[in-house]
Amino acid sequence: MNTVVCPECEAEITLEASTEVGEIIVCPDCGVDLEITALNPAACQLAPMEQEDWGE
Amino acid sequence: MINVSIVGASGYGGGELLRLLLGHPQAAVKQATSRSHLGEYLYQVHPNLRKRTQLKFCDPAQLEPVDVLFLALPHGEAQKKIAGFAGLAGKIIDLSADFRLKDMALYEKWYGAPHAAPEWPARFVYGLPELHRAEMAGASYISGVGCNATASNLALLPLVKAGLIDPVSPVIVEIKVGSSESGAEGNAGSHHAERANVIRTFSAFGHRHTAEVIQEMGLSHVSLTMTAVDLVRGVLATAHAQVKPGVTTKDLWKAYRAAASENPFIRVVKEQRGIYRAPEPKVLAGSNYADIGFELDESSGHVVSLCAIDNLMKGAAGSAVQCLNLVMGWDEMTGLDFPGLHPL
Repeated sequence: MNTVVCPECEAEITLEASTEVGEIIVCPDCGVDLEITALNPAACQLAPMEQEDWGE
Repeated sequence: MINVSIVGASGYGGGELLRLLLGHPQAAVKQATSRSHLGEYLYQVHPNLRKRTQLKFCDPAQLEPVDVLFLALPHGEAQKKIAGFAGLAGKIIDLSADFRLKDMALYEKWYGAPHAAPEWPARFVYGLPELHRAEMAGASYISGVGCNATASNLALLPLVKAGLIDPVSPVIVEIKVGSSESGAEGNAGSHHAERANVIRTFSAFGHRHTAEVIQEMGLSHVSLTMTAVDLVRGVLATAHAQVKPGVTTKDLWKAYRAAASENPFIRVVKEQRGIYRAPEPKVLAGSNYADIGFELDESSGHVVSLCAIDNLMKGAAGSAVQCLNLVMGWDEMTGLDFPGLHPL
């Protein structure tokens, strides 16, 4: 079973069998977007996320 | 199935205990006492319980022996009568502040008077399962927990347990609280015209719950600052501390994740998407969950740790029922599975 480690919070994320390179997944713990960069072995990197403006 | 009774059941803590215990699959509520509402149906004081029970409030003098007795009396009352209560039940779970502190000098310092039964507090296990789960199995006496102390202790638990902060460095906990914390009895400050819409700091230093944080976290330099906000239920504790040199955000993730993994009612909320990115009491109303989160400024070592709870649940009745489950050897989530409401 392929897993990746979130570079933001180090959560171990199990990939679905159908996951493809280039796919964006969401970290279940911290919520960042992750881009799958390889599958054998599996790897990911932080993907750009839209920033919210909280009145700043 | 066991029989339980509640002494002092007309307050908010007693009402929450009734709500939880009437729905508990292993407990039957036998009696609920209230002198001020003697003879009234429980639902005439706790309207959410209509059609859930036909019990009436009885006099404490009419209490009969039960398996477990819950005490939800005003502070100072249980300690005067504890020997009599112990004659009615082999197990007692108290919600008040009377048996939380083990050091009687600390008790006198924070409560301003000597304890009426100083031999009793040492027999009680402090009633926060996240700190004393192992001691609760088969225990006879469980103390209450302060709601603000619980939010503070759970905010600090991952940091203290993992040794990430220096225990002698100052820890400042800012606490925002809802109005139900002050109980069912009204006063000038709880009058709607005075309490609505407030952001009112009512205790900058010296709140009594500070003593429970000192006792349970082993911190020598901690202060709690209390601010009333326009909520009925809810506490948000925002703790400021200094991490040890070299501690990183990923170290904190490990510590918080471990706390959540070891404790079924602790959840880590540190999201980078959506609206609810940090713990908020709003979505916890009626729930026994405690949501924790953090942010670390790695350049300065300043950590902000958050904990949100429902003060009447994780901060009082919910923890008490969780303790009952552990004392009896049941799954600790029994009867406590309500996840809260959204939207609210």
